[in-house]
Amino acid sequence: MKFPKINFDNLKNEGTESVTAQERRKFLKLGLAVAGVYAGGKILSLTSIVGTAHASGGGVDLVKRYPYNPHYSMVIRQSLCIDCEKCVDACKSTNHVPDDGYRTRILTKKYSGTLDKQVEFIPVLCNHCNNAPCVRACPTRATYKDPVTGIVRMESKKCIGCKTCMLACPYDARYFSVERRAVDKCDFCWEERLSKGETQTGCSSACPTGARTFGNLTDPDNIVYKLVHQLEEQVWVLRPADDTKPNIFYMKGNMRSVDNILNEQKFKFSAPQKS
Amino acid sequence: MAGRMVDISKRWGFHGVEALKNASPGYKMLMGLFALLALAGVAVGFQGMFVGYHHVYGVTRQISWGLLISTYIFCVVTSTGLCIISSIGHVFGGEAFMPIAKRAVFMSIMFMFGGFCIIFFDIENPFRMAIWNVFSPNFVSNMWWMGTLYGMYLVFMIIEYFFLLEQNHSLSRLMGFFGLVVGIAAHSNLGAVFGMLHGRPFWYGPYLPIYFIFSAAMSGGCAILFFTTLGWRINPEIMNQRMERAVKAVTQVTIFLISVIIFFTIWKIITGMVSEGKQLVIMSFLTGDYSINFWVFEVFLGMFLPLYLLIRSRGNNFNLILTATGLMMIGIFFMRYDIVIPGQMESVYHSLGVVEEANLLTYTPSFHEIMVSLFGIGVIGLAYFAGEKMLNGHQLEKHEIVPEGGYICPGCGAIHFMEEGETEEDAMKRHHRIW
Ligand code: SF4
Ligand code: SF4
Ligand code: SF4
Repeated sequence: MKFPKINFDNLKNEGTESVTAQERRKFLKLGLAVAGVYAGGKILSLTSIVGTAHASGGGVDLVKRYPYNPHYSMVIRQSLCIDCEKCVDACKSTNHVPDDGYRTRILTKKYSGTLDKQVEFIPVLCNHCNNAPCVRACPTRATYKDPVTGIVRMESKKCIGCKTCMLACPYDARYFSVERRAVDKCDFCWEERLSKGETQTGCSSACPTGARTFGNLTDPDNIVYKLVHQLEEQVWVLRPADDTKPNIFYMKGNMRSVDNILNEQKFKFSAPQKS
Repeated sequence: MAGRMVDISKRWGFHGVEALKNASPGYKMLMGLFALLALAGVAVGFQGMFVGYHHVYGVTRQISWGLLISTYIFCVVTSTGLCIISSIGHVFGGEAFMPIAKRAVFMSIMFMFGGFCIIFFDIENPFRMAIWNVFSPNFVSNMWWMGTLYGMYLVFMIIEYFFLLEQNHSLSRLMGFFGLVVGIAAHSNLGAVFGMLHGRPFWYGPYLPIYFIFSAAMSGGCAILFFTTLGWRINPEIMNQRMERAVKAVTQVTIFLISVIIFFTIWKIITGMVSEGKQLVIMSFLTGDYSINFWVFEVFLGMFLPLYLLIRSRGNNFNLILTATGLMMIGIFFMRYDIVIPGQMESVYHSLGVVEEANLLTYTPSFHEIMVSLFGIGVIGLAYFAGEKMLNGHQLEKHEIVPEGGYICPGCGAIHFMEEGETEEDAMKRHHRIW
């Protein structure tokens, strides 16, 4: 596996002392090859990991491969979201989501005393956790992790409607759908789009700013790979302490560095399907 | 047919429907009331099922377990508790506890059944459950184990009850032992259903599985006292010296268990206050929306008042015990409610600091949920009152359950054991010096 334009050996060690061995292990266990993510609340950057690996003579084993192929993932560039909710509408119409339910929503975070912006919008959806609490909780295996794509899907006919999974999910990603007589959730549009040959989800293709970028994390040419495997900007996941190993990554996404990484791809609208 | 009825009546202490007919008008009215509750509840439940639960239940996407799960838990906790406390006697040979066994096991089965009645209307596709629990089991799911273990528990308890009626002492003891083991597994696993949800800090951790067992034992003690003293009000003849001694023993155990639960509760509050994920919820217990539930029902009615009254009763003032445990049953119900609902009050996105989830979520039980809960309670109440009459106050008619080497003391009615070379009289003297 090749990393794009990053020469690891020339990177500076950013002070590995501040990061405990346990945190490093946790970070590696997140199922990531390399990324600067929040793990247990602390920011861990690639530099620290590589530095340690070298210092200890390669004793730390980086997870070299992602567990699924294609490993579907979404990177959300938070600063680009303008709360137009086109994704929410697209999701509803694509997946026949009833009015009283939703598979994805936009949360609002307000700041006071800041100079640049007072509000930020955070799209949330199912994280397709590698270590999915909903899958463990379901008594009848009605919800399961697809062994190929890693998408957490539903087999509606097996759902008894006990709602344990709704409580087990730390991302409020599930609701009971009366129409389906089963719990419903985001399936990365597998049934309606991906399985029919499309490469983008309803929400990501509807997003006018490129805040939602969907793709394959195992493909170094893919946009989500590029966004996750870069150093300049922090990438994080929601609720890392729950150890669910999520596959939705968040970043601010408005820095020039990202623009550089994406090369010819435009800053504002990334046209993700072109990647 | 008639011949067999007589036979069963003799062996099982079965008084048949006749006994119900002979009951006083007041008693019949009381039974009618519970029957009405059950019927109304089941009717409302089916109506809700027909129009769709999402229209009629108060549960939401984020608070998806409501009053029904709380009442279900109340029922199964009580059921397990009855099994635990009664097993001290008829499984482990704690002589003083023996006379309560029949009523306790009977009520344990009924509470479990009542719980299942309620859960039937909570689960959206109960019929699928029967199929897929078997054909697509998930062995790492606590929910799967809950259904399976409680199912097994119910079967063991029913077999045990049969052998109790048959007075097949050794087999009832064996089944009682299996029932207890499975019951404890099922019940601590129920705690784990909550305790193993990572995203719910109020529940997460080993506290709930452990707490559930002790709390069940407390509920069991309370329920035995309540139903026995109520049975005594219905038919004073059920009290004899053995039973009085049993009530006293159960009172002592219950007092001890209330103290244990007080201890649990104190530490839950104190540790919760310094935990980021629990603090908000704990504060809502102490001073917020749940303060009445907590202070009035859970703490006062559920623990302190019964503790005081039970100590004052000295285990032989049955009226006082009846009042104390009656109030305590109400308090215990709120204890269950206060586990289920508050655990979901804090949205998973609250800690993200977003506007949408800045406040605690709220839940109010709907009419349908209340009625379905009353369906379960009605069934249990009906079974109890019918049982007291038809099963002759759960007394044994012919033989007593007497363990090997024991005999029934003609003086006090308790089971005594003779030592080598002792006469019955010596044994009685020896026993009564101690007791
Ligand atoms: S509600 Fe359905 S999918 Fe969720 S845990 Fe229960 S059976 Fe499984
Ligand atoms: S986000 Fe929730 S629904 Fe999605 S995989 Fe994780 S636990 Fe399951
Ligand atoms: S990936 Fe598809 S199902 Fe999931 S939130 Fe987006 S549009 Fe909805």
